[in-house]
Amino acid sequence: MAHKDILTGEHFIHGDAACAEGGLAAGCRFFAGYPITPATEVAERMARRLPEVGGVYIQMEDEIASMAAILGASWGGVKSMTSTSGPGFSLMMENIGLGMMTETPCVVVNIQRGGPSTGLPTLVGQADIMQARWGSHGDYGCIALAPSSPQECFDLTVHAFNLSEIYRQPVFVMADEVVGHMTEKVVIPPRRELTVVERTYPNMPKNDYFPFESTGSLPAPMATAGQGYNVHVTGLTHDERGYPVITDIVQERNVRHIVDKIRKNAEKIIRVEAIGLTDAEVVLTAYGCTARVARQAFENLRDRGHKVGFLRLITVWPFPSNLIRELAPRVRAFVVPEINYGQVAYEVERTAQGKAEVMLMALMGGSIHTPEEIEDAVGEYL
Amino acid sequence: MKVRLRELQPFDKEAAEAAIKHDHGLHPHDEYLKPGRIPHIWCPGCGLGVVLTTFIEAMRRKNITPDQCAVVSGIGCTGRVAGYLNMDTYHTTHGRAIPFATGLALAKPDLHVTVFSGDGDLFAIGGNHMIHAARRNVNLKVICVNNFNYGMTGGQVAPTTPLGAKTSTTPRGNAEPGFNLPHLAHAAGAVYVARWTTFHPRQLVHSISQTFDKTGFTFVEAIAPCPTGYGRPNKLGAGLDEMKFYGEHSEIRNGAPPGDAEIELRGKIVVGTFIDVDRPDFLTSYNSRIVSAAQAKGKQKEKVKIA
Repeated sequence: MAHKDILTGEHFIHGDAACAEGGLAAGCRFFAGYPITPATEVAERMARRLPEVGGVYIQMEDEIASMAAILGASWGGVKSMTSTSGPGFSLMMENIGLGMMTETPCVVVNIQRGGPSTGLPTLVGQADIMQARWGSHGDYGCIALAPSSPQECFDLTVHAFNLSEIYRQPVFVMADEVVGHMTEKVVIPPRRELTVVERTYPNMPKNDYFPFESTGSLPAPMATAGQGYNVHVTGLTHDERGYPVITDIVQERNVRHIVDKIRKNAEKIIRVEAIGLTDAEVVLTAYGCTARVARQAFENLRDRGHKVGFLRLITVWPFPSNLIRELAPRVRAFVVPEINYGQVAYEVERTAQGKAEVMLMALMGGSIHTPEEIEDAVGEYL
Repeated sequence: MKVRLRELQPFDKEAAEAAIKHDHGLHPHDEYLKPGRIPHIWCPGCGLGVVLTTFIEAMRRKNITPDQCAVVSGIGCTGRVAGYLNMDTYHTTHGRAIPFATGLALAKPDLHVTVFSGDGDLFAIGGNHMIHAARRNVNLKVICVNNFNYGMTGGQVAPTTPLGAKTSTTPRGNAEPGFNLPHLAHAAGAVYVARWTTFHPRQLVHSISQTFDKTGFTFVEAIAPCPTGYGRPNKLGAGLDEMKFYGEHSEIRNGAPPGDAEIELRGKIVVGTFIDVDRPDFLTSYNSRIVSAAQAKGKQKEKVKIA
């Protein structure tokens, strides 16, 4: 093929484009989306690039349809993704639930803007973090990654595809408008240096295949349409064969499986960037674009000799509860800057269990924190 | 936090297998039915069994094996069709069968992807998806079982309920007219449009088997009795009476303009194959216009590099 799916080399691109290239590098060959600021550039890049590499781009009639289409494509054996922002993410919740219940791998990129409702279409927000965790009804496990740079938009989209294949469920890339529209150097490695998890297909006889079986807290391999396993896939509570069974007993197995596959593997999934935690008296906890500012504040404070730690969440979900729990008794406070009125800060407060103070530095959206205001806030505890 | 859970009762594979061995093979269509899924949940007198059988007959007639097919359903009584067919079947969310099937059909273009769903699912909550899939001419076979009401939830008014008809949410009669489904499907761009009732199983088999030869968006409406939700409040009698009623009120007019197929309460029902045309489906158009242009440009670039 004349066009490359992996654009190995150095690029000067924005985070949205890097998300698209990350998807292509991970093997995504189907994208269904709907225009929305500030995520449109992901779709535009995919519309141009997918036909070059043998994939299909389709612009659907809304985000509900986009989410449904990527689930269908995934059952057709093709890695699939969509991208959106707050209002579209809200519409996707219904079929995100279907993806969780039917254990369908795919990736949803959310370039967050200010909300609620139409909010600030062109300006930054980080207020969809709890929606990613709890937005669709019912219980399910959640994996959400928060890139802090265009480079990470690439890296974490690849990683999101890998996690979606391993745990067989939709995985969220929770970027934000600042990171999505920021242009920086992005290095795309050669194919041999990229870790790409390919789908596991069943190869056992038909009668021994149980598509919704839990095998040591992991999902079963996934049969593709037409492979001959004649699978039934339903959003209803179902047994290990996929047959609907409307009883409390099967509900107990079904829901615990889709929650536990994340809960029991949380420590394997969680990624953080931790600097200076060993002697820290105050820990700055941030993610996404906010972590860039927090990092600057951390360095300034350290330069002035203050014992400050920096904890960047790369996976927002599952949340690094054990780490916070372990840090809490030996630090004075966690300072949590985020562009919402308290989402990750509540999780920090909950897991710190009153053993350290927690300060939420909230911005409602439309602007980012300054290093000075973060330094000032940390100063309260020094 | 500590979590206390009830003890899990593991899946009993042997019992499931024994149940299948006990029942599977008794039904003449068992080759096409998912082992262990029959008996179905439909009411006595319901028309869904007839439509399911005509689909299987059409597959037989065209020598299409279950491995060449996938069925996608939405929610409702017709939404349960998927679960009974012994092929890859997807029971999705309410109204979203068509966009799910769109993704599936584009990822697996060699499969015959059929959407089996009800009038409420396809034309109320899923109406927008339906018209856009028809406009794009996605290679999908849509079979809409129209029973003029929401059966699963107990007989509420639907987008197809005729003006004046009684349902549990229109106890004094429906103040709105219903959709003319073939007219809507045609206007949106379907390449094949037919309507029959369950009184016309042979014609239904014929129409469904014709859709297996079409590439693009096809639409078959099957009017089916719902004695529980629609027949009773509208005094159409038992399931058999309602089916006879539809049969007697039908007027076969193949090739009729779909605009003539309006349905009125106790009025005549125009049935037949209304539309059978050809135009490039989504994937053909995408490949010939977009993919070929994108890849030609890539080759050009390569030539320049070589030079």
